[in-house]
Amino acid sequence: MTGTTTKIELPGAAVEVVRKGAGPQLFVLHGGGGPVAAMPFADKLAENFEVIAPVHPGFAGSAIPDHFDNLQDLVYLYLDLMDALELEDAVMMGFSMGGWTAVELAVMSTARISKLILVDAVGVKVGGREDRDIADVFATPPDELARMMWHDPAKAPNPANMTDAQLEIVQSNRVALGLYTWEPYMHNPKLPHRLHRIDVPTLLLWGESDGLVTPDYGRAYCAMIPGAEIIVIPEAGHAPQAEQPGAFVEHVVSFAI
Amino acid sequence: MKAWFFTEDAYPQLPDQDTYRSIRVNLPSKHYDPEIGADNYHQFLDMWLMAEELGLEIMLNEHHQTATCVVPSVPIIAGILARETKTARILILGNPLSNLPRPTRTAEEMAMIDVISRGRLECGFVRGVPYESAPANVLPYRGTERMWEAHDLIIKAWTSHDGPFNFEGRWFHARQVNVWPRPYQQPHPPIWVTIGSAGTARPVAEHEYVGAVFLAGYPGIRAIFDGYRDRYLARHGNEAPLDRLAYCALIYVADDEAEAKAGGERLLWYMTSNKVPVEYSNPPGYHAPAVAAKIAQGGIGGAGLPLRPTLDNQMARGNVFCGTPDQVFEQIKAFYEYSGGFGNLLIMGQAGHLTFAQTRRSMTLFSTEVYPRLKELTASYNGDAMKATRAALPHRDAVDLGTFGLEFAR
Repeated sequence: MTGTTTKIELPGAAVEVVRKGAGPQLFVLHGGGGPVAAMPFADKLAENFEVIAPVHPGFAGSAIPDHFDNLQDLVYLYLDLMDALELEDAVMMGFSMGGWTAVELAVMSTARISKLILVDAVGVKVGGREDRDIADVFATPPDELARMMWHDPAKAPNPANMTDAQLEIVQSNRVALGLYTWEPYMHNPKLPHRLHRIDVPTLLLWGESDGLVTPDYGRAYCAMIPGAEIIVIPEAGHAPQAEQPGAFVEHVVSFAI
Repeated sequence: MKAWFFTEDAYPQLPDQDTYRSIRVNLPSKHYDPEIGADNYHQFLDMWLMAEELGLEIMLNEHHQTATCVVPSVPIIAGILARETKTARILILGNPLSNLPRPTRTAEEMAMIDVISRGRLECGFVRGVPYESAPANVLPYRGTERMWEAHDLIIKAWTSHDGPFNFEGRWFHARQVNVWPRPYQQPHPPIWVTIGSAGTARPVAEHEYVGAVFLAGYPGIRAIFDGYRDRYLARHGNEAPLDRLAYCALIYVADDEAEAKAGGERLLWYMTSNKVPVEYSNPPGYHAPAVAAKIAQGGIGGAGLPLRPTLDNQMARGNVFCGTPDQVFEQIKAFYEYSGGFGNLLIMGQAGHLTFAQTRRSMTLFSTEVYPRLKELTASYNGDAMKATRAALPHRDAVDLGTFGLEFAR
């Protein structure tokens, strides 16, 4: 299913937003791998929702605004975006780094959202200072990273099948991910003290084989959010929406509708 | 020509390369024997003292979490040499400003070395190589901007003498900057910056700093030096003096050709030892995405592939000058003319298992038989004549580049 793509001009930056389907608003924030709205699971969700998926500046070949330094810049941009989109009772769903972004938005205000879904999300530190809660994706050999992130590493995107232009986008996505998550790495130390402000039903979906942020991390994260529940999806890694799209969509639909 | 003796102060007493994934970042320090390390430090300090005796200047640098250069704090080595030497200029190339947390600390350290040495410091600022992103925990994206902001703060700290000033930049904040001591040289020590492209050369030319090129060889040197010269001329209205440009190569001089080759092979350890996998050579934002994509594919350097630079290809490239005194002079002269000229030769004169005696013999031959001729060469420099000479030399890009040098191609 092809959606529509519009460029929304906001103070300080423009954001590309993909829309597809009709129904309740599903505001989708992608992770460090890049946009997800073209994936099969998104098409399935578009049968039940109006999927509204911005592309974070820096991803998919877009520019990083000069004044951007870290995730907070994205969060404030998206506060503006949510106003511009006139979101109302939207379900906000974030993957990995997009999950962290969603949480940052939710602790500021849940006025425009009715429910929150976090998929293999990062954003908090659950262990001690010497615990590597979140794998260091920037210091991990590529093959090891694939084994960490995928239940079936054979399903990982294969650079050998990519064009030069696609490979370049993979690299610029990495730069954007680095900008948003470098230090403190993939988390905001203040977030645990703010999670009590989330007053909408929250579901965490987690790939059972995720080695980047494990289901135990997900459970600890879940315990910090009032009333949140977690569902662990078997035979899936860091991207259950890609490895188990059927089960994934089922969980989203039954929680959100 | 000024010649600078340089060694990276490596720890080459390592297990077989096949037993570890990387010589940088994650090589466990159990492989470092402090007894051997102490001997190494003293041997390298002796080499720099020897260089001074031979009439050479001194060059130092720093790297982190690596056996290729066990100087994680170059001010310490420079501080020792500031006291131990008497006449040599002491070049630090350089302070990795993008990766250092507090520029005012660097301003203090450099000022101390300048004062202790009574004004013999030449102070280099560098962005740092990609592998140092992890040790420093610094995102390499915008590293160049970060370096220049640190530079601005350091220069102001060195040249402000009326009490504290305020600096609240994008990356560095210091509200009460008032550095003691102030530098010995006025207004501050000469500044050097490494350059690897016409683009990175431009701001260095604008500041009239020395632009230093590492191992760009024949394929890269013209574009970089020309970028510097063009910008210098445009900004200052006169041609860049020779002493504003520097080139660093591996150099080994011997009494005969066979010995020279053997020494060159030993020196080549600097390249062959540089086993670094892609996760360290390609941190996000260090390289432009198109370059990063090639590294990720393993198409070019630093992708964990076995590095197989050979002495022949590195000599052809202009990264290694090696031979008898006559041969080395001719090699350097050829490169000098091809490049359009430079006034500083940075000599990586020791690497790997090259012994003190071998290094001393090579540097003695250099200083007695090669250096005087290089000095004559630069003394007789004539801009117009050089342009004509250079124009007659066709562009050399058809040499085997090997897989080394990409980290300097910025």
